[in-house]
Amino acid sequence: MGTRNPVTWLGSPTFPKAAREALADTQLRQNLRKATGTIRGRRAAAVAEMTDWENLRLAGEAIKNDVLSRLDTLLVQLEEAVTARGGVVHWARDAAEANEIVLRLAREAGTDEVVKVKSMATAEIGLNEALEAGGVKAIETDLAELIVQLGDDRPSHILVPAIHRNRSEIRDIFQRRMGISVSDEPAELAEAARRYLRQKFLTTRVAVSGANFAVADTGSIVVLESEGNGRMCLTLPETLITVMGIEKLVPTWQDLEVFLQLLPRSSTAERMNPYTSVWTGVTPGDGPSSFHLILLDNGRTATLADSVGRQALRCIRCSACLNVCPVYERTGGKSYGSVYPGPIGAILTPQLVGDMHDPLSASLPYASSLCGACFEVCPVRIDIPQVLTHLRAEAVEAKGRTAESIAMAAAAWVFASASRYERAQKLGSLARFIARDGRITSLPWPGSKWTSSRDVPAPPAESFRSWWRKNRGS
Amino acid sequence: MKVALLATCLTDTFFPSTARAVVRLLERLGCEVAFPLDQTCCGQMHFNTGYRNDAESLARKYTEVFSGYDHVVAPSGSCAGMVREIYPEMGVSAGPMYELSEFVVDVLGVTDVGAWFPHRVTYHPTCHSLRMLGVGDKPLRLLRAVRGLELVELPAATSCCGFGGTFAIKNAETSTAMLTDKMKCVLDTGAEVLSAGDNSCLMHIGGGLSRLRAGVRPVHLAEILASTEEEPWAHATP
Ligand code: SF4
Repeated sequence: MGTRNPVTWLGSPTFPKAAREALADTQLRQNLRKATGTIRGRRAAAVAEMTDWENLRLAGEAIKNDVLSRLDTLLVQLEEAVTARGGVVHWARDAAEANEIVLRLAREAGTDEVVKVKSMATAEIGLNEALEAGGVKAIETDLAELIVQLGDDRPSHILVPAIHRNRSEIRDIFQRRMGISVSDEPAELAEAARRYLRQKFLTTRVAVSGANFAVADTGSIVVLESEGNGRMCLTLPETLITVMGIEKLVPTWQDLEVFLQLLPRSSTAERMNPYTSVWTGVTPGDGPSSFHLILLDNGRTATLADSVGRQALRCIRCSACLNVCPVYERTGGKSYGSVYPGPIGAILTPQLVGDMHDPLSASLPYASSLCGACFEVCPVRIDIPQVLTHLRAEAVEAKGRTAESIAMAAAAWVFASASRYERAQKLGSLARFIARDGRITSLPWPGSKWTSSRDVPAPPAESFRSWWRKNRGS
Repeated sequence: MKVALLATCLTDTFFPSTARAVVRLLERLGCEVAFPLDQTCCGQMHFNTGYRNDAESLARKYTEVFSGYDHVVAPSGSCAGMVREIYPEMGVSAGPMYELSEFVVDVLGVTDVGAWFPHRVTYHPTCHSLRMLGVGDKPLRLLRAVRGLELVELPAATSCCGFGGTFAIKNAETSTAMLTDKMKCVLDTGAEVLSAGDNSCLMHIGGGLSRLRAGVRPVHLAEILASTEEEPWAHATP
């Protein structure tokens, strides 16, 4: 490998550190509370309409598992189908390779500017920065992504990267960067973005997109979006370059049908997705005359090799797990140090990085209370808590001997024998003498982390087991 | 019916009255309760923090201690979930394990346990009872049948309280932010008693309420169900 995987942002602190700062940002807290609360309720209503929702989830899970179990042959099938229809397929082992290919293709097309359809894969590989370093400017056309780009900011949500911004913050960014005067009315803000982008759509010759799905059978690529800006990028330019994670496949159109139901309801709480664009290779006289598909690995093959962790590759990037996550709701997305925030980020990012010695990666699986709200809503039934504890075990192993591991070993030794446990219990119950009014308000580190905001009840003089022994004998 | 009690290390040590209440309740409902003294901890903390090997040995110890029983009951959704859902993940198969409300409603077939508890109560359903075990509204059905009890619905009840075991230490600030919202919801109900089926969550929310001197008392579901007019729980010995 050698080069670092740009899926995490360079210099990001560990999760607890970043979260501490985010928690103190009252504007952010308010924006998130409002946004996640709204979408949560809307998703629940959209899902409640479906009588066969649980069966759809099971189908989604089964199709994705099938894809993962024969990814090698399906990918070759896709490549053949795309090539047969006049597209060019490239394989990229990592971010650097993918970025290089895009840059080369842009240069070959003779452009120093590309328009972009909102895409997680290109954000994951840091494409915009790589293009800029090569003298090519990337223009985001998704409204929320544009807000992030113009604000020199980072995304904090998969679907709505600017979810941490409210209307007046967005107005300020637009006024500053577009040199216009505009109110904070959503319609006016959208109009300002539309004027800014329209010119770009008409003049830019190369577009870059991601893909929500690719149908292996026919070589068709599918992009779902809500604004129509993506459709402009996918149809107007001469050259279209699509960067797609290798796991985004579905075998046939019939399989796609399941996801076209699951994704909109989970993601935007819509019954049907507003703009669903599908193309197969190139069609002379209609749309881009040159189409390149870059199949991106960037840690996915390694993830696939992990029998528990691989379920993260079923993800269809709907964001439902973010919207229901009580941790995400309070810390926001940027605390996760990656384009993949929230519960899915906590399990996907460390796997794509593939190095639990990396402090940020090792902290992410702990960024959860294991409440299970994410698993409950995930349309492809990724058991996120299961993967979290699985990755925690990897983090523990990578860390080796620490104060925590010694304490845990000691606790396990005590619990291994009922008599040792009982002696420890008796000793521990002496803590009742430091209690006042039945509560302990301050403990030494690491207990101080608890008592900073919570009391501990004083342990009673008599445990249940001593009561039992006294009253019931054995 | 013979039933073994997994008291859980937390309840055994910090909340013995809950385990005594389980004994009294189950005996009143005609069960013969056993408490195998060799039990210690189910291994949940080790498992959830990433210490797999330790968790696995504790799981094996559990199966040795409880192998002779057809029914094991725990007054804790998360420990019951550990045994029933997580042990198999580690390749350890344990016998039938029930969270208290499941056992009373499903196995004993009782929703009115003859309890009396004249207080305004709100109920926090706890994440593992709700989402790992799927106990649904069983605890609420039990509470609704308690005489004298005024049940007030907890707003945003299904939201996590922020405990999460070592999460409360490792991500103390985030945990506290979650706790704050939970406490606000509890206080909004005007309840005098906060109940739940798990002392770990109650220790967390209760610890926050106590720090703020909020004047709300955490009481485990078992203690409410054990209380009768003849022997109100606070004064009773089973
Ligand atoms: S993990 Fe599941 S819920 Fe989360 S974004 Fe992916 S598909 Fe959606």
